[in-house]
Amino acid sequence: MKRNDIVDVLIIGSGAAGAAVAWSLAETKMHILCLEQGDWMKPTDYPSNGRDWEARRWADFDISPNRRGRDTDYPVNDDNSLMKIANFNGVGGGTLFYTAHWPRLHPSDFRVKSLDGIADDWPIDYWSLEKFFEENDRMMGSSGLPGDPGVPPRNPPMPPIPLGRTGTRYGKVMNTLGWHWWPSDTTVATRDYEGRAKCINLGHCTPGCAQGAKASTDITYWPLAIRAGVELRTRCRVREITTNEHGMASGVIYYDREGQECFQPAEMVIVACNGIGTPRLLLNSASGRFPNGLANSSGLVGRNLMLHPWPQVRGYVEDELDGDRAPMTVLWSKQFYETDPNRDFVRGYTLQFARGTGVVNEAIQSAAADQLPWGQGHHDAYRSHLFHRLQVGIACDDLPEEHNRVTLDPVLKDSHGIPGARVDYTIGENTRRMMEHGIARATEILEAAGAKDIYTSRTLLNSPGHMLGTARMGTDPERSVVNPWGRSHDVKNLFIVDGSVWVTGGGVNPTSTIQAVALYIADQIKQRLANLFD
Amino acid sequence: MRNDPEPLSSAETRNLQRVAGMMVPASAEYDVPGADDPAIFADIVKSLGRDLPEVRKALAALNASAGGSFADADMAKAEAAAAALREAGGAPRAAIERAILQCYYRDDRVLRSLNIEPRPPFPKGHTLEQGDWSLLDAVRSRPKLWRDAPR
Repeated sequence: MKRNDIVDVLIIGSGAAGAAVAWSLAETKMHILCLEQGDWMKPTDYPSNGRDWEARRWADFDISPNRRGRDTDYPVNDDNSLMKIANFNGVGGGTLFYTAHWPRLHPSDFRVKSLDGIADDWPIDYWSLEKFFEENDRMMGSSGLPGDPGVPPRNPPMPPIPLGRTGTRYGKVMNTLGWHWWPSDTTVATRDYEGRAKCINLGHCTPGCAQGAKASTDITYWPLAIRAGVELRTRCRVREITTNEHGMASGVIYYDREGQECFQPAEMVIVACNGIGTPRLLLNSASGRFPNGLANSSGLVGRNLMLHPWPQVRGYVEDELDGDRAPMTVLWSKQFYETDPNRDFVRGYTLQFARGTGVVNEAIQSAAADQLPWGQGHHDAYRSHLFHRLQVGIACDDLPEEHNRVTLDPVLKDSHGIPGARVDYTIGENTRRMMEHGIARATEILEAAGAKDIYTSRTLLNSPGHMLGTARMGTDPERSVVNPWGRSHDVKNLFIVDGSVWVTGGGVNPTSTIQAVALYIADQIKQRLANLFD
Repeated sequence: MRNDPEPLSSAETRNLQRVAGMMVPASAEYDVPGADDPAIFADIVKSLGRDLPEVRKALAALNASAGGSFADADMAKAEAAAAALREAGGAPRAAIERAILQCYYRDDRVLRSLNIEPRPPFPKGHTLEQGDWSLLDAVRSRPKLWRDAPR
């Protein structure tokens, strides 16, 4: 096995969290190395460069690693889960594929036990993260409109995306109903920003942005981190984290781009592989000293998986709207986010208002919903749908349940023979009631807008699940995997910084908060360097 | 992670072309070809990719329902077989619909009939109008909705 020179800090994964931590720690001048199993992506390779741009969302740019099947992907057995797994493996990770929707968790999300009597409180709070949210908004470049009464104050550095026809239509309806709405924060650049060109409405932001207007960490954090001295090696797939005779992490064994097995020693290991990849790696790092997987004395590595059930309700109006000719998300509503004792569930959800979808996707989704007939009726039905769609998503809070978990799949292996992940996940009863409440409200909105052909999907076709909670943070080593600043209770030089450390799920897209937590942990590391492993 | 399957046989190809034409027929009213149009169908066959195994299952199901070759079945049998495939649902139906529709709706003639310029989104992009921001005035005046929490 090839043995490399030791580094001070080894980060595994270059996505949302790994990039933020690498950039933040760079100022320490430590020797920092990041290993990424995927490649650098080229904007010229993104689907919106070609005529087959929609079809590629179902092929080499599919959000499912199983269907995508790149050699840089690892398989995930999600057969026993209504919510499917979405990820991407490359420099930037999931930020290459997210919708750029940019909400934060609310203050109440960090105190679920105290406020609502269920699940657990986080050991940190919103206000501890506030300055990191702000820092991250500057680094990623967020766009939005201050003054929203639905969320705590924030100051996006760029103005919001235009409302367009679709946002205007939603706004009128929400005002009629007397319900809160506001233009969504996003990380789509609405003016030229830090070397990024402004959005030109390519639509379909999800599978990479050819314009570079959507923030992904390969074009935000990484150029700065590399300039500051961080080393990033691509096509390096980590098999396991190794430990020494003192029970400390000693480094990792990985396969380099030629497939050679290498040992990379490190003084400190930081895991940033997301809520599926992180438990997979820790479980694959079992040893004689750690027979149940690394950092797993609590038995909670892989447990408490939260995936954010996300029903969608859509309908069609007579006016032509924006369709896919703009970023997908346009508004949010926090009307039903906080707990209301008059409901039959606790916690709540964000309503997300989408513009529409593309020419091909409209056909495929309408067909799957039995709303697009075969034969002569096809053309009239299709034309009544294309660019006439209103679609409301219900981003439901997801609460931790230990039986929802990630384990190693006994059969599936990646291209290096490393066991893949298996996901077992069911939607909890509180969340199910929340989903039905949200579906009823979304249906009211569409009916008030005069929409026809209303269709509800409880678990979307090709729906993504956010991956959270599988190495939760806490103060009690028997009830958590890492401490309040991301250090493993069991292995004192091992840190976890991705969505795995979340205690509860909230009802929002998680990337903004994942990165704020990562920056918070990096800051804690910097403040404690003198006695970091005590 | 994927093993490329065998391409469609000539019999399977004939079945697929027939079902494509049944799914999306030509329309004189809209001046568009059907999905069995030679150019569109060639694109469909070329682009099956990851859907090929499930498309193959769908074609086999059509044969089974038609009691023989779906491509050669009379119209009544063919329509009954197509209806049975739709009724059965699942991955084979989703795959065959996706395989046909994703190519049909990128054909230049079809896009022009929809008043859409046949081009990739990049680099030209699209124009998005601002919309009516005055609608937000009613929301700005609302009291805060979010709960604060003990630190």
